[in-house]
Amino acid sequence: MSQPKTKKETEDLLELYRQMLLIRRFEEASAKAYSMGKIGGFCHLYIGQEAVGVGAISALEQKDYIVSTYRDHGHALARGLEPKSLMAELYGKKTGIVSGNGGSMHFFDKKKNFMGGHGIVGGHISLAAGIAYASKYRGDGAVTLCFFGEGAANIGSFHEGMNLAAIWKLPLVMICENNHYAMGTPEYRALSVKDVSVRAAAYDIARDHIEGDEVRKVREHVRVAVERARRGEGPTLMEISTYRFRGHSMSDPAKYRTKEELDKYKQGDPLIKAEKDLLSSGWAQEELTKMDEIILKTVEESVDFAEKSEEPPLGWLYKHVYAENV
Amino acid sequence: MAVLTYREALNRAMTEEMEKDPNIFLMGEEVGHYEGAYKVSQGMLAKFGEKRIIDTPISENGFAGVGIGAAMVGLRPIIEFMTWNFSLVAIDQIINSAAKMNYMSAGQFPIPIVFRGAGGAGGRLAAQHSQSFESWYAHIPGLKVLAPYTPSDAYGLLKTSIRDNNPTIFIESEVLYGSKGEVPEGEFLIPMGKSDIKREGTQLTIISWSRALMYVLPAAEKLAKEGISVEVLDLRSIRPLDEEGILTSVRKTNKVLIVEEGWNVAGFGAQVAYLIQKEAFDYLDSPIERITQEDVPMPYAANLERSSLPSEEKIIKKVREMIK
Ligand SMILES: Cc1ncc(C[n+]2csc(CCOP(=O)(O)OP(=O)(O)O)c2C)c(N)n1
Repeated sequence: MSQPKTKKETEDLLELYRQMLLIRRFEEASAKAYSMGKIGGFCHLYIGQEAVGVGAISALEQKDYIVSTYRDHGHALARGLEPKSLMAELYGKKTGIVSGNGGSMHFFDKKKNFMGGHGIVGGHISLAAGIAYASKYRGDGAVTLCFFGEGAANIGSFHEGMNLAAIWKLPLVMICENNHYAMGTPEYRALSVKDVSVRAAAYDIARDHIEGDEVRKVREHVRVAVERARRGEGPTLMEISTYRFRGHSMSDPAKYRTKEELDKYKQGDPLIKAEKDLLSSGWAQEELTKMDEIILKTVEESVDFAEKSEEPPLGWLYKHVYAENV
Repeated sequence: MAVLTYREALNRAMTEEMEKDPNIFLMGEEVGHYEGAYKVSQGMLAKFGEKRIIDTPISENGFAGVGIGAAMVGLRPIIEFMTWNFSLVAIDQIINSAAKMNYMSAGQFPIPIVFRGAGGAGGRLAAQHSQSFESWYAHIPGLKVLAPYTPSDAYGLLKTSIRDNNPTIFIESEVLYGSKGEVPEGEFLIPMGKSDIKREGTQLTIISWSRALMYVLPAAEKLAKEGISVEVLDLRSIRPLDEEGILTSVRKTNKVLIVEEGWNVAGFGAQVAYLIQKEAFDYLDSPIERITQEDVPMPYAANLERSSLPSEEKIIKKVREMIK
């Protein structure tokens, strides 16, 4: 890929950078609110991995579907879900994206084809195959993008989902965000073959493996897989290497890795890379700082919105246990 | 009125629904080319083609998930488990995905799916192939659980399940597939949450469902000859439960025996007993009794298998004790 150099040529990078920065700032604010006891439950941050979600999702069209894990804040924001309703959901308020029923791990937005937010490791992989199955069944031309961690690649559901997607040539793009740890378990203690994408051979499907520190590179590679899926040529198994700068969840001090290792990866912070690219192609530091200020304000407003929102009424306890029959 | 087998009634229900709604498909192991391990989907592949009658590899967790995902975006899958014994490897999907998706998404993603297949005990299939899971699934809010006994109930309830916008656990009985019964001509639906009095009586109510009625009904017949009048209430629908129907019968007969094929501990009958003592305590003339499968995995030996299950003799003996 040739690097665009002029300011004009990098306008799209600016937009991708804006999305990554929004995720970073949103999550910094969530971490703060969590430490203050405003957010409960598990809260898994995406900080460090932003280029993967933003790059991958920017390769999609509106009709395409996204299926995510419990680490779903970044994917949701990249898809354009409202920061306000996401923050309110973290706070467990009635204005939350799923009116306080889901919390951090269960964001859903039907209008945006954002299909969750799933808390069982790997369980969502066959759901994604099912959504892709429905697209093929109807011929609606949509592609489903499914994110999962390298830890999830070891559960039966992964293998079953991959095999079904492969035999039926489903329009599915599987993205393993390999951040090298499943909670405290480093990949070398859990994966017989460390590059998850190699397993594509076992299902005779396409594979790809890249580093996930450059957002445009991610977009280009995912686009290839999305187009392949849209042409009806079946699923792709991708591994995108990345790193989470925080612990597994807010309650994890991440003692299982060294400071040296963390520092090494922080050199490859996708935001710093994108920022450098922008600066070297003619964007002024002030322009970027200004954008950051606007984002910070958006995030502040979402915190404020969440703070001020009401809790769901107790009468909603039994709401949505069953769907209405119409 | 046509006389159909249980399997033909199920087949007719699915076929009629699929003719009406192109969003419905049937998926499972051997449902297509083999026409169903128990031949429930006989002729359906020829009629609907491979797009709608889909054979899967042996991967229950995987294809249960595929069904749920497809339901999230508006299809209406019928997922056949060859038997409910194998649903256990998919139980994560059924409970953690299907049952909760609508709730977790605050109503954005209802899951209109039917999980169906052969359940229950019998046939000397031993411990891993001979067990009743109604109580397991009934435990989960978000699921509906049905267990019809007659072909007519099987037809009417399966149609209702297919049209329901919630995940339904539809447990057929392996030993009932060949049983025959009258099924009214023309289309009809049976609502969930409505029990059925399979036999009227005045002195005692037996509450039961599915295959256990095979023992209950002949027992009631014999007891009648002794001059003991037993009412037999078939729940049909485990969740939702017909509380009113149960209480009405109990208030009339004042004695209750619950007969179920599943195990005793934490079995569904315990829930029914709790309901009755809470809502109709003053109407009871004796303690509520239960007959269940013995508290053991199913043995293979014919005599042991027989002795571990509810039986006509056990029921007759218990009723005589209770009436004395
Ligand atoms: C079936 C299941 N087992 C265990 C857990 C607990 N758990 C939650 S996240 C996690 C680690 C998963 O790691 P990975 O798939 O690599 O994703 P990452 O967190 O690194 O994004 C574990 C063990 C779970 N939620 N589900």
